[in-house]
Amino acid sequence: MEQDFLLSAPITFLSIMATILMVVDALIKKSSKITFTLSWLTLGITGVLAAWTLKHNGTAFNGMITVGSFGAFFDILFCMGALLTLIAARPYMQRENLEHDEFHSLILFAVSGMMIMAHANSLLILFIGIEIMSVCFYILSGYMRSSVRSVEASLKYFLLGAFATGFLVYGMALIYGATGSFDYNQIFMAAQHELRFPSLMMIGIGLLLIGLSFKAAAFPFHQWAPDVYQGAPTVVTAFMSTAGKIAAFSAFMPIVAIVSPADTEMKIQIILAIISAATMLVGNISALTQTNIKRMLAYSSVAHAGYLMMGLVAISAHHARGVSGILYYLSAYLFMQLGAFVIVSILERSGEKNLEIEDYAGLSKRHPVLAALMTIFMLSLAGIPPFAGFFGKYYLFTAAIESGYTWLTIIAVISSIISVYFYIGLIVKMYFTEPNESGESTQQLPGIASITLAVSAVAVVFLGLMPAGLLDVIKLLFGN
Amino acid sequence: MIDLYIPLIIMVAVGGLFGLSNVILAEVLGPRRTKTKTKLSIYECGMEPITSARERFSVKFYMVAMLFILFDIEIVFMYPWAVQFKVLGTTGLIAMGLFMLLLFAGFIYVIKKGALKWD
Amino acid sequence: MNKSMIDLIYLVPLLPLIGFFITGLFGKKQKSEALIGGIASAAVGGAFVVTALIFMTLVGHGSEERSHIVRLFTWMQAGSFTIDVSYQVDQLSILYTLIITGIGTLIHIYSIGYMHGDKSFPRFFAYLNLFIFMMLNLVLASNFLLTFLGWEGVGLCSYLLIGFWYERKFDGSFIVWTGDAAKKAFIVNRIGDFGVLVAMFLMYNQFHTLDYTAVNAQAAAGFQPGATLITTITLLLFLGCTGKSAQIPLGVWLPDAMAGPTPVSALIHAATMVTAGIFLIARNATMFALSPTTMAVVAGIGVATALTAALVGLVQNDIKKVLAYSTVSQLGFMFIALGVGAFTAGVFHVMTHAFFKALLFLGSGSVIHGMHEEQDIQKMGGLKKYMPITYKTFFIGTLAIAGIFPFAGFFSKDEILWNAFSQGHWVLWAVAVIAAFCTAFYMFRLLYLTFGGKERFDHHHIHPHESPKTMTFPLIVLAFLSVVGGFLGIPYALSIGGSIPNLLEHWLEPIFAPAMEILRRPEVHEVHAIEYGLMAASLMIAILGILLARSYYKNASDQPQAMANRFSGIYKLLWRKWMLDEVYQYFIVDVFYTISNGFLWKIFDVKIVDGVVNGTARSIASASELLRKIQSGIAQNYAIMMMVGIVAILVWLGLGT
Repeated sequence: MEQDFLLSAPITFLSIMATILMVVDALIKKSSKITFTLSWLTLGITGVLAAWTLKHNGTAFNGMITVGSFGAFFDILFCMGALLTLIAARPYMQRENLEHDEFHSLILFAVSGMMIMAHANSLLILFIGIEIMSVCFYILSGYMRSSVRSVEASLKYFLLGAFATGFLVYGMALIYGATGSFDYNQIFMAAQHELRFPSLMMIGIGLLLIGLSFKAAAFPFHQWAPDVYQGAPTVVTAFMSTAGKIAAFSAFMPIVAIVSPADTEMKIQIILAIISAATMLVGNISALTQTNIKRMLAYSSVAHAGYLMMGLVAISAHHARGVSGILYYLSAYLFMQLGAFVIVSILERSGEKNLEIEDYAGLSKRHPVLAALMTIFMLSLAGIPPFAGFFGKYYLFTAAIESGYTWLTIIAVISSIISVYFYIGLIVKMYFTEPNESGESTQQLPGIASITLAVSAVAVVFLGLMPAGLLDVIKLLFGN
Repeated sequence: MIDLYIPLIIMVAVGGLFGLSNVILAEVLGPRRTKTKTKLSIYECGMEPITSARERFSVKFYMVAMLFILFDIEIVFMYPWAVQFKVLGTTGLIAMGLFMLLLFAGFIYVIKKGALKWD
Repeated sequence: MNKSMIDLIYLVPLLPLIGFFITGLFGKKQKSEALIGGIASAAVGGAFVVTALIFMTLVGHGSEERSHIVRLFTWMQAGSFTIDVSYQVDQLSILYTLIITGIGTLIHIYSIGYMHGDKSFPRFFAYLNLFIFMMLNLVLASNFLLTFLGWEGVGLCSYLLIGFWYERKFDGSFIVWTGDAAKKAFIVNRIGDFGVLVAMFLMYNQFHTLDYTAVNAQAAAGFQPGATLITTITLLLFLGCTGKSAQIPLGVWLPDAMAGPTPVSALIHAATMVTAGIFLIARNATMFALSPTTMAVVAGIGVATALTAALVGLVQNDIKKVLAYSTVSQLGFMFIALGVGAFTAGVFHVMTHAFFKALLFLGSGSVIHGMHEEQDIQKMGGLKKYMPITYKTFFIGTLAIAGIFPFAGFFSKDEILWNAFSQGHWVLWAVAVIAAFCTAFYMFRLLYLTFGGKERFDHHHIHPHESPKTMTFPLIVLAFLSVVGGFLGIPYALSIGGSIPNLLEHWLEPIFAPAMEILRRPEVHEVHAIEYGLMAASLMIAILGILLARSYYKNASDQPQAMANRFSGIYKLLWRKWMLDEVYQYFIVDVFYTISNGFLWKIFDVKIVDGVVNGTARSIASASELLRKIQSGIAQNYAIMMMVGIVAILVWLGLGT
């Protein structure tokens, strides 16, 4: 028991602190300063705890959760994402008059849900994790209570999310019926033998994939994403579109791995490949005609889910490159997407103003540093060397090719080329067009959000210049 | 076989008798007043029994109802623990203590945020 | 002092890089020129100190243990293709590093005085530091790719620095602005870089590595001398060298590169960057030795360049252009040495040339500075008494380049000539001697016109003055080096029966040993009489050139004008620099422009490419519009869309099972 608590220290500590934060917020009025301090400390300590458990592979609580490398790697990513979000959110929330105290504990609860997803070793635990995270997201996206769009986003997200969860649970039940267990290892063992009800298993897997694809915002379950990402407060969007997506893939990877032995006819693999191809095409093509920057980035996040699913295809083809490719890409994606959204949040004006791409005309003259950072993030998202995004794409593309999916890689390259158009388009807007009106001259200081920007930019450049460092770590942890 | 159901039958009978006797006693012992239509309606104290189903309720009802269900259902978890108390031993006690602590934290939050204040 | 000292090599490029960031990022707000210049100079000076310590460590090692690979980190890895950022510290690279950081430091100090008051003072030093960083990567790299990074990097810095005064006009062939000169340098170099790039592809394809040691070892082990592949690779590499080191046919950019500030001309276009070509060949001596054809081409191009450039130098009137042509010509000498297999002699000449050419350029900078930006030597004269230190040091430099005993240039040039002769290439020798004669003549012509004779400048507007100490100090140091530098490589004939060792040859011997084994050159230590004779002959010829220049220019005479009139055809040809620029302009640039403008742009690009591209773009845009319509914003519709997907997936999964 003690051993269990010790090994699951990151999760337990974070959950306890989130609860304490909630109570503190209830007992003390105007507590946002205290909760902010407590929450960043908590996230920092959790990250350290996670780093400590990196080497202790095993399971805890009667095999309900796994501990060690895989979970801990994601724990660190989640904590990093949440920490950067919290720092960037503070000036934003103050400006928008949104500083209700629950914000911090909600973020912490969301992170605890994500961690449970990453650590899950049983379908039930996975479900609990997904729900904890999702409920927090439903609330957070409706956080701007006075904005119709925000409330609408929240409701839409909730309705469609509940709809998708239904399929997820149904899929879990069918898999239980086919294999007799919720436990990942047992399902894996069962999948390797002849099953009594193979079609039950296949349908179950299909439903599970549908539920998870919804969380990852993959075609055709992606349509909530643009609306919700646009409506939610920008910093929340930054958090949802990065940490949320990472969490979805942290759950997706083991699921694909354990069910792949049952996939004797490669049907699951083909579904994943088709979803992947459709997602990146739809995401990138839709992003082309957007005029709102948040919406454009939302579609770009859909497209990135498509790239990441190439890694899942590789995993289902038993290719080890898939795992390291996804892990690398997620690390890079966290920083570049978060950085881009944080810049949007800095430039945004209350009342959802200054969010059109047109508003970015001539930004380089007004905010040269912000424009330069945005350029870095855009180039990285577009996958242009030497930034992190390039190597991420490179590893995923090679993983797909080596798994025998050349056609998928060709589609990925084509959609990358399409994506260059709107990413570079924003850079052109910032540098080579004159601002359309001179009204927007009030200097908005990013405040402590600049820490987030600095960390993200350094990470994007560093991961791009020295991709070998992170890959070595991944190789060390996961043995190739 | 049938003797297994005897306690049940007795309980149904006692329950029915208790209800019936109360109504009769009230009729016999209570004060006599004029019987108007309002007095004879089902919910005398204000609510229309038959109206459109599409009616808005105040959000306060939902809050109380939701919180009630939440705390009520959590109590259910205590039954299996109570039944297996001896088997689960100290570990079970600690686990349940933690569970109650979490529940209590939620309760404090609900009270302090004024979720149960009616106005 | 042991191995760990050598591991500090990363500091050598790192310090200038740090200097670049400091001066580049914070320089603009910093008002103090002394501070910026100080930081930049200290960064390079620090690198020099570290290099010197490493050099001492290497000296302490046995000659077999002087080659080290210091691996810093893996830059990227893709399958079996690994690129390390690693530095090769050995006799050759450390010698180059010493020259770069040492002369670099002096020129940094000099620039503090020269660039005083320039509005872009910090930018200048930032570029200069960046250049040093790139140049060090070029010479220290242990593989082709990292060298190529430095190779491109120095090209970029050269571009930035030539066009440093981008708002100034510059009078060159088909050039109006300094920016055009910068562009010309960049574009011409690009042609050479293309050769290096293709050579790297070929090498990787053949050897599956780009490490110098491995490539050369595998080439020596796997190929007979004269193998076609090796010849192709080395010729392509040499194409790159002709670009970077300004040889025929890509040498046209260097004279126009003089549009940059003079310290830049001294550092980049005389002492360091232009010798990158020699470095590349010396680094791959083994591979070049395997190809007699390439060696012959190298020597041929070298001697042709040496002579033609020296002839052009005879008639130029711009002080910096004379020096520029002299640089091209001296680089030609170095290629002669490499071509005849005398790699040590080539590297030796790189070193001595770095000393005296940097000195001459800095001296000319001092003159230009003192004459208020006047560069035409026809409008100078008699500056001896106004700037005595500049005059004395310039005089030493001129003696050194003319090859007068015992100045540095004598030893290195003589070694090249002797090697050419002793290997039986007496034609090369003869032509090189003529070039040497011209060198002595035009250099003394320059000296007399500038410092001697009557004062031909306008006294009302120009008041010549000696330069500040920051400028004269480097001159003195370099003058000292130009005097004693040659004694590092005393030829056997002058060594009193071998009792004075040839330090440089001894030092570089292990580097070129594999190449020498392939070349199997005959040992020629016996025939002293001929060597003495040749030495005396070349000395005589140099003195002859000096005397001729003296009689023409010491006191104003009309003989030069008479000569020019009598051979007006040749004179004009030389004045127009062999019409090379004109030929390139009319036969290459204009032709390409016409094709590009008339066909490629107006027909191919506009009609065909744009048609296809715009068509694709239009169809993608309409697809985007369609998707936009599907995104209706109504949650129920989204649910229907999801349902369609779910049904499709489940039907597909349910089929057949």
